[in-house]
Amino acid sequence: MGVKIANDALINPVPAVEKGISEEEDMNVMKYMRGEAANLEVLQDKKLKGQLAVREDLYGKSAKAAAKAEKWLMPSEGGYLEAEGIERTWNIKQEAIAREVDILGSRNQYDIILPDLGPYSLDFTPSGRYVTVAGRKGHMAILDMKNMNLIKEFQVRETVRDVVFLHNEMFFAAAQKKYTYIYDRNGTELHCLKEHGSVLKLQFLNKHFLLASINKFGQLHYQDVTTGEMIGNFRTGLGRSDVMQVNPINSVVAVGHSGGAVSMWKPTSSAPLVKMFCHHGPVTALAFHSNGHLMATAGMERKIKLWDLRKFEVLRDLSGSQNYSRYMSHSIAKGYQIQKLAFRPYEDVLGIGHSMGWSSILIPGSREANFDSWVANPFETSKQRKEREVHSLLDKLPPETIMLNPTKIGSVKPTRKKERPAKQEIRGRIGSKVAKKKKEAVEKAKKPFLEQAAKGDGLSKKKRKNMEEESHLPGSLQRFARKRRAN
Amino acid sequence: MKVKVISRSTDEFTRERSQDLQRVFRNFDPNLRSQEKAVEYVRALNAAKLDKIFARPFIGAMDGHIDAVSCMAKNPSHLKGIFSGSMDGDIRLWDLASRRTVCQFPGHQGSVRGLTVSTDGRVLVSCGTDSTVRLWNVPVSSIMESDDSFDNSAKPLAVYVWKNAFWAVDHQWDGDLFATAGAQVDIWDHNRSQPVSSFEWGKDTAISIRFNPGEPNILATSASDRSITIYDLRLSSPARKIIMRTKTNSIVWNPMEPMNFTAANEDCNCYSYDARKLDEARCVHKDHVSAVMDIDYSPTGREFVSGSYDRTVRIFQYNGGHSREVYHTKRMQRVFCVKFSCDASYVISGSDDTNLRLWKAKASEQLGVLLPRERKKHEYLEAVKNRYKHLPEVKRIVRHRHLPKAIYKAASLRRIMSEAERKKEERRRAHSAPGSIPKESLRKRRIIEEVE
Repeated sequence: MGVKIANDALINPVPAVEKGISEEEDMNVMKYMRGEAANLEVLQDKKLKGQLAVREDLYGKSAKAAAKAEKWLMPSEGGYLEAEGIERTWNIKQEAIAREVDILGSRNQYDIILPDLGPYSLDFTPSGRYVTVAGRKGHMAILDMKNMNLIKEFQVRETVRDVVFLHNEMFFAAAQKKYTYIYDRNGTELHCLKEHGSVLKLQFLNKHFLLASINKFGQLHYQDVTTGEMIGNFRTGLGRSDVMQVNPINSVVAVGHSGGAVSMWKPTSSAPLVKMFCHHGPVTALAFHSNGHLMATAGMERKIKLWDLRKFEVLRDLSGSQNYSRYMSHSIAKGYQIQKLAFRPYEDVLGIGHSMGWSSILIPGSREANFDSWVANPFETSKQRKEREVHSLLDKLPPETIMLNPTKIGSVKPTRKKERPAKQEIRGRIGSKVAKKKKEAVEKAKKPFLEQAAKGDGLSKKKRKNMEEESHLPGSLQRFARKRRAN
Repeated sequence: MKVKVISRSTDEFTRERSQDLQRVFRNFDPNLRSQEKAVEYVRALNAAKLDKIFARPFIGAMDGHIDAVSCMAKNPSHLKGIFSGSMDGDIRLWDLASRRTVCQFPGHQGSVRGLTVSTDGRVLVSCGTDSTVRLWNVPVSSIMESDDSFDNSAKPLAVYVWKNAFWAVDHQWDGDLFATAGAQVDIWDHNRSQPVSSFEWGKDTAISIRFNPGEPNILATSASDRSITIYDLRLSSPARKIIMRTKTNSIVWNPMEPMNFTAANEDCNCYSYDARKLDEARCVHKDHVSAVMDIDYSPTGREFVSGSYDRTVRIFQYNGGHSREVYHTKRMQRVFCVKFSCDASYVISGSDDTNLRLWKAKASEQLGVLLPRERKKHEYLEAVKNRYKHLPEVKRIVRHRHLPKAIYKAASLRRIMSEAERKKEERRRAHSAPGSIPKESLRKRRIIEEVE
């Protein structure tokens, strides 16, 4: 026995714990590899092969370095919620969570009661620090969530259907009764966007500086907010819709329609990129996973569906490695009408805008814990914000870069060359004209004998003659031949 | 129940004192950065455009000669000094930093044809059509620094009169010998008034001469009988020779790969050869539209500069078939001599309009000291540009060069001519017996024969 153990130790010198760590690291490396390495074996060009091999090696090294640095670079740990014993995660109430978490966490759990000015919609900045809320009856406000400061609050005394931040907290757009307006954070009206019509839903495409809107008539507008140019104006042709969401990975806008279809749009084509039938009955909500491969839709027929956007299929396998089942539930008082749900970036917080104001609840593990100062910084100073504005304007993407697969940029277009027939083959084909004629002549000569053999002598002489006559006429005239004889 | 939510205290994530640097946190997760490739592409495009905007290669002209500049020599031990000789017999030492004459070397009667400096940087050797070789003391650098040096003229160390006019001179890289080219190739010692030895192969005049930087005893010359000859000083007779279809105006060895040399030819092309294998050029560098007059390698050996009779200076990769860069100005006339500076960052051209011109080797390079962050940014943009250089928009911007109308037209004419020639040969081959007209590459076609 002892010998056997020793053998095992020789075969597997790595302790199980270390092995686990290395596996974990491998997983992390895969995360940073951004897809599979290219297959260099098929390349003919040796020079290119060498260059690409060096490149691939570099990619591997950088992914490994990033995975290794993860340990030290990322100070915050993600949130989690684990049920013990017979309790289930979806039975855990917000009050119970509030008792368990630290004081900073529990501070994120609150209800703002504003019963008068109608269901509220809200929007967070990409860093999650600022929120703008807009009541349907015209109450708008911007808040700094770090210290819960009210920055500005004002009334427009008009229906406000949706509100969205532009590239930073300095500007936001509100879809009002007749037109869409852009305000700055002091509440000053900067622009009135009349071309959009009466907009139901707004979205802002951060990297492209495009404001996307869908109006009452189902028209989709894209407007560049830096130049004011209208980039796209498309009729969806599927009726009124107030369900619109941007896919965070490729900036494609998805619109849910009352017929149960979801269409995906880019600003450079008037036809949808994808039109998929998702629900029997109107689509009521849409959401994307942060990696852009998953889409969740909700329908009026009380169904929630998860879609794999790589295959455009319903993800049926709910029992796989990732278990998509109910995680948490939260009940709010009866009679509250929910207008908008939004997760706060870089926090385990869900904002709910409803008819009695808005509330914020804790959903542990819902968002990325570690922010990148150069991507979105919740602790940004005004100087940093100004600098980032300049940089993001320099890196502003043209609208053509919106496509279903954004990694296609810079890759080689596969050649669709038709297999050209070899010269020999062409020559053979030309030669076959003569051969064909010859063949026809032989067939013609053989025909009477063959027919005779086929029909035999069973038919009468007259009938055979008739048939012969018929066969002499072209196909289109044969029906006349019989008629004439009858006459 | 175990539960934890993200909670960040402001103190941990912001600086303590206002004098501190702002704290930076990184997360390299690809999901945080969507559309990376599109962003990189846009950055590459912007970098290419910025490069075009900042491409101001011309630094300044140095005037003072009263006739065309015929030859130049750089001082290997002094970075900012350059010697130039002109057709009227004037030799000047220039300070590149202040772009003015530091010292003059009067004495030559006819035009100065060759200039070279010994490797230790002490002795300047000049020769010319007046059949003299003159040795000069190179002034010490303290004189170069001083301001009051208006009529600072030097006296020759020695004057050696010989039988024939000289066309070129070059100093050995490691030793005391120098060689002149004329009716024959003469090898000289500093202290002898007559050549130590002479070589001759055929009756024609040698017009350029260069010592090999790696092997001090080997030198290459080109002659007016269209030949390129390689000599070995240890042998009594020349080593090898090739004859091309047109004359080679200048020769230069690659300082980093000393077995390779590049020849500037009359037929508008430069030809890179391996000295061990002369039956075929390693690379043909095309782009000039008139005879290439002079050529010089960068000390890195990765690129060379060539000046041409078409009034342009071009920079080529050592293995690139076409030029990376073309420099021209309205006032620059026929370029007779070019030099790369010893730090590989400047190019100097001397032309028919009596001026020396100073250019940057990289047209859009930022001069002066770069901060580390600035340098990193430049490196990043360079990498991004390199990654997306094949995309049509980036490629168009990076490749575009404005050319004077005459040169543009001449280039397109040359293209048409070569295309017509190629077609004609193709047809001729198609209509003759198979194998009777063999295909010959351009790298071989211009060589008539190789003689050992």
